[in-house]
Amino acid sequence: MSGLALALIVLLPAVSGIVLCLAGPRARAAAIPVSLMTATVTAALAVVVAVTRPALEIPFIAGAPVGLAVDGLSALVLPAVAIVTLLVLVFAVAEGTKSPERFHGLMLIFAAAVAVTVTATTLPALLFAWEIMGAMSWALIGFQWRDDRRVQAGLVAFTMTRAGDLGLYLAAGAALRGGAGLSLTNLSAAPSPWRDVIAAGIIAAALGKAAQLPFSSWLSRAMQGPSTVSALLHSAAMVAMGGYLLLRVAPLLAATGWAGNAVAWIGALTALLLGAVAVAQRDLKQLLAASTAAQMGFVVLAAGVGSIAGGAGYLVAHASTKALLFLVAGAWLAALGTKQLFALRGAARRWPLLGVLFTVGALSLAGIAPLSLWALKDELLAVARETSPVLYIVGLAAAALSAIYSGKVLVIVWGRADATTEAGYDAEQPGTRRIGRWEQVPLIVLAAGAALLGILALPPVSEPLKAILGETGTKAPGTLELAGSAVLALAMLALVTFGLKRGLPQPAWAAKWLGLEKAVHLVVVRPTLALSESLARFDDGILDRGLHRVARAGVTGARRLGRFDDARLDAAVEATARAGTVAGSRAARADDQGVDGAVEGLARQLRRLGTLARRPQTGQIYQYYAQIAIALAAVFVLIFLVR
Amino acid sequence: MLSLVVFLPVLAAIVLAAVPRITDAAARWIWLVVTLLDLALVVGLWLAYRDPGAGKLAFEEQLPWIPNVGSSYHLGVDGLSLPLVALTALIFVVCAVFALRHTDRPRAQAALFLFLQTSSLGVFAAQDLILFFVFFDLSIVGMYFVIAGWGHGNAARSALKFFLYTFLGSLVLLVGFIGLYLGSAAKTFDMALLAASPPFGDEPVIGGLVLGAVFIGLAIKTPTFPFHTWLPPAHTDAPAIGSVVLASIMLKMGTYGFVRIAMPMLPNAWRDWAWLIVVIGIISVLYGALVALAQTDVKRMIAYTSVNHMGYVILAVGAAGVVSDSAAQAREVAITGAVVQMVSHGLITGALFLLAGVLYDRRGSYDIASYGGLAAPAPRYAAFFAVAAFASLGLPGFSGFIAEFQIFAGSIGPVPWTALALPGILITAALFLRALQRMLTGETRGLSRGFRDLDRREILAIAPLLLLAVIIGIVPRFLLDVIEPAASVVVDLVSR
Repeated sequence: MSGLALALIVLLPAVSGIVLCLAGPRARAAAIPVSLMTATVTAALAVVVAVTRPALEIPFIAGAPVGLAVDGLSALVLPAVAIVTLLVLVFAVAEGTKSPERFHGLMLIFAAAVAVTVTATTLPALLFAWEIMGAMSWALIGFQWRDDRRVQAGLVAFTMTRAGDLGLYLAAGAALRGGAGLSLTNLSAAPSPWRDVIAAGIIAAALGKAAQLPFSSWLSRAMQGPSTVSALLHSAAMVAMGGYLLLRVAPLLAATGWAGNAVAWIGALTALLLGAVAVAQRDLKQLLAASTAAQMGFVVLAAGVGSIAGGAGYLVAHASTKALLFLVAGAWLAALGTKQLFALRGAARRWPLLGVLFTVGALSLAGIAPLSLWALKDELLAVARETSPVLYIVGLAAAALSAIYSGKVLVIVWGRADATTEAGYDAEQPGTRRIGRWEQVPLIVLAAGAALLGILALPPVSEPLKAILGETGTKAPGTLELAGSAVLALAMLALVTFGLKRGLPQPAWAAKWLGLEKAVHLVVVRPTLALSESLARFDDGILDRGLHRVARAGVTGARRLGRFDDARLDAAVEATARAGTVAGSRAARADDQGVDGAVEGLARQLRRLGTLARRPQTGQIYQYYAQIAIALAAVFVLIFLVR
Repeated sequence: MLSLVVFLPVLAAIVLAAVPRITDAAARWIWLVVTLLDLALVVGLWLAYRDPGAGKLAFEEQLPWIPNVGSSYHLGVDGLSLPLVALTALIFVVCAVFALRHTDRPRAQAALFLFLQTSSLGVFAAQDLILFFVFFDLSIVGMYFVIAGWGHGNAARSALKFFLYTFLGSLVLLVGFIGLYLGSAAKTFDMALLAASPPFGDEPVIGGLVLGAVFIGLAIKTPTFPFHTWLPPAHTDAPAIGSVVLASIMLKMGTYGFVRIAMPMLPNAWRDWAWLIVVIGIISVLYGALVALAQTDVKRMIAYTSVNHMGYVILAVGAAGVVSDSAAQAREVAITGAVVQMVSHGLITGALFLLAGVLYDRRGSYDIASYGGLAAPAPRYAAFFAVAAFASLGLPGFSGFIAEFQIFAGSIGPVPWTALALPGILITAALFLRALQRMLTGETRGLSRGFRDLDRREILAIAPLLLLAVIIGIVPRFLLDVIEPAASVVVDLVSR
C-alpha cells in the first residue's frame, strides 16, 4: 500500500506532466488545476511515505533493477522538496505565465525526476532521473524560446552538467565489474581500484549538478530562465541534488580514503570563491546564483567530512531560504522590469510585506542567529573542524562572505529610491508595478521555513536525526562556536551597513565568475569545435577523395584491360572466327552437300563469341569496376581452393 | 510461417510489377496493407516466441538447396534476430504510411520497397551463409534503385558510390564466407553447424585472415571508420523513406553480422583481435560525433551520428571479446546493449530521417542555417524533432539510454579504456542541441516562414517510432527478456 504511495509520487507528476506537454494549447485551461492538484497530492504523499518508509524494486537491466526506497535521508529531503515544489508552482500560477500547459508540464516532469533521484537506491535509477532533470532544466531555461540567448544558456547548462554525468556511466561500468552490484549502498564494498573509479565518477556528476568548481559557470547562464525555474531547479531541487548525492554516498567517499577529503576541499573552496563572486555581482539573480553555488559548497563540505545530519539539514533549510529569495527577485523583476541591484533600491520599502519576507531569507542566508542556516552551518563546520582546522577556517571565511553579500542586498533594497533608480526600471521587460496577494502567500510559508528549520540543529532534534541518518561519533558544535559564528555574521552585516560608505570592492575576476566560462570556452569548446571542423575537412578532403582516387585507379586499370581486350583477345577471337569461316568455305567447296549448313552454323557461333567477348567493354566505368571485383573474388576463391 | 513472413512482401511486389492496370492509389494501399499484414504476422511470431535455448532456433525451416556445397534453405530466429525482424516489419509499415501521398511512380516504388522488405527480412532470418549473402546482396541492389530512381540532388552518383562500395564489401564478405566453408570440418555453409564447431581452432593466421575478410565486409556495411564515406552522400541524396530503410535496417545487417557470424564462428580470432575492434569502435564513436558536429546539412549530420551510434555497437562487441573470469556478466550486458542499440537506432534515426524528409518536401533544403524559429509556424514539427533529438542523444526515458547505458556499463569493466568513448555521449548532446537551437528556436526566419506543420499522415508515420522508443526506454524488459538469453549464448560461444 505504501509502495503504491511511493509509485504515485513519481507517476502522478510524470503522467500529468507528459499529458500537459503533449496536449499543448488544448490543455491550457486544465493546466493550472492539474498542476496544483498534482503537486498538492504529491506533497501529501511525500509526507506519508516519510513516515511509512516504503521500498520498490522494478526489474530493469540484467543485474541492476530500478530501486526506489525512502530511508532516513530521503524521509527528510523528499517532503521538503515536494513542498517547495508546490509553493513555487502556486507562486507561478499567481504570477501567471505564457503557455501554462508547457510550463507546468515541464515542472511536473521535473518534480517526478527529483522524486526518483531522492529515493533511488540503484545507479540506473539515479542516472535515469538525473539526466531527465538536466533535460527539463534545458527546456525550462529556454522556456522563452524565441530568445536565442536563453536557449543558448540552456544548451550550456545541459552540456556542462552532462559532462559531469559521464562520471555516472563510468561508475556504473566500474560497479558492474567490481562485483558489488549497482546498489548505491553496496558501492563502498567494491574492491579497489574499482571503488575509487566509482567514487570519482559519482563525484564528477555531483559537482556538475551542484555547480561546484570547476563547473560553476553554467549556473550563471541558467539565470536566463524564469525566476520560478531558478527558484526550484537552480537552487532548491536540482542543484541541491548534487549535494544530496554526495551525502547519500558519504560511506563510499569515506571508504576510499581520499574522496572525502577531496570533496570537502572542493566544497569549501567553492563556498569561499563563489561567495566572493556573489559579493561582486550587480544583478540580483546573478548574486543569488553565485550564492547558491557557494551555499551548496557547505553541503558538499558536509558530505566530504561525514556530517550527514548537518549537510541534509542545511540542504533543506537552504532550499526554503533560496527559493524564497529567488521568488521575491522574480516578483520584483515582474513588477519593476529589472533585476539590476541599483534599480532595486527601495524595492523593499515599496512592498513592505515582500520586503520583510525577503529580509528573513537574506538574514538566514547571512547566518544571523537564530535563523535556520546559522546553527546548521555550525553543526557541519564542527565536524569539519575535527577533520582539519584549516577547513574550518575556510568555512568560517565563506560564512563571513555570506553575511557580506546578504547585507549588501539588504542595504540596497531598504535604501531610498532616487532619480537614477527609476531610470533603471523596465530594462529587461516592461514591469507591471503590481505584486499580487497570492504571490505572497507561498512566500510566507517559505520564510517560515527559512526562519525555523534551524531546529534541525537543536540537540533534541539533531541527535535522533543523526541516529536515523547513521551518523555516529561526530562532534556537535560548542556554545563558543555557535556564539562566535553569530557574532561574526552580525559584525559583517554591521560592517556592510554602516562601515562601507563607498561600497564593496568588486574585482573583475569575481564579477566575471572567476573567468570560468571563458576558461571552459578556451580549454574545451574551442578546441573541440576546431577539431570537429578539421576532421570534417579530413573526411571530405582526404578520406573520401582518397577513396575516389583508388576507384579512379581501378577504372584506369579496367580501361587498360579493355584496350588489351580489344587489341589482342578480341582480335584473336575475330581471327578465329574468320579462320572458321574460311575453313567452312573450304569444307563447303570440298563437300557442298550436307555439312555446309553445320559449318556455317559453327562459324556463326564463333562470330557470336567474338561479339560476346566485346560486350564487357561497355564504357560504363562501374561495370568495369564490378568486373574487377568479381575477378578479385574469383582469385581469392582460387587461392583458397589450391592452398 | 517464417518463410511466409519473409516472402509475402515479394509476392505482392511481383503482383504489383506484373499487373500494370493497378492504379497508383491502389498500389499505395496494397503496399500498406501487405506491410501491415506482415507486421501482424511478426507480432504473432513475437507472442509465440519462446527462447529456444543455446544453439537452437525458433520457427526453424530447412530444405535442401545446394547440397553439394553444404548449403541449404535454412531459416530461423533467436533472441538476436527476432528484434531485428520485428524492427524491419515495423519500419516498412512506416515507409508505406509516409509514402501514402507520393506521386512519383507509386506502383514501381511500392514493388521495389516490398522487394527490399523481403531481402531485409531474409538477411535476419537466414541461417545459411549463402542464403544470407544472397539476401544481403539483393538488398544492396534494391537500395541502389531506390536512391537512383527516387533520390534527389546528385542521386545517380551517390547511388553508384553506395552500390560499388557496399557491393565490394559484400564480395570481401563472400571471400570470408568461403573461407569459413573451407575451414569447416563438415564443409558446410550452415550457420548453426559453423557456430557449433567453429573452424580454424588451431590456425590463428588463417582464422585471422578470414575474420579480416568478414570484418571488413561487415564494417563497410555498418559502417565504421574509415569505411563510412559512402554513407553521407547516399543519405543526402536518397528519398526520405530510402534513408529510413538504409539507416534503420541496412546498417544493422553489418552489426548483426558481428554477433551472428563473426563472434560465434571465429571465436579465437575474435578474441585475438578484440583490442583492435574496440579501438575501431572508439574511433568511430568519437570521429562520427565530431564530424557530425561540424555539419551544416541536417541529413549529413544525422548520417554521421549513425557512424557514432554504430560505433557504440562495435565497441561493445569488441569489449565482449576480451575474456576475463570476473567480467562474464558485464560482457553479457554489453552484448545486450549492442542489440538494443541496433533496435533503438533503427527507431530513432528512422524518425529523424522522416523529419528531415519533411524539411525537403516543404522547402527543398536540408541546410540547417536556412531555417530558424520553426517552433512558431510548426509547433508539432518542433516538438517531434526535439523529442527525436533527445532520444538520439541518449536521454533516459528513451531506448537509446537503455542501449548506451548497458554498452558502457558492460564494456568499461572488461576494457576500462572504453571509457575514452564516453565524450561521444556529450558531443552528440551538444550537436543535437545546437541543431535544435538553430532550426527550431529564435525568431522565425528564412525558409521557416510559412512552414506547414506536420499533417496527420506524417504524424502517423513518425509517432509509432518515437512511441516505441519511449516504451523500450521505460519498460525495457519485454525486449531484454528476448535478447538476454541470446546474448549470454554469444558470450559463451566467443569464450570457447
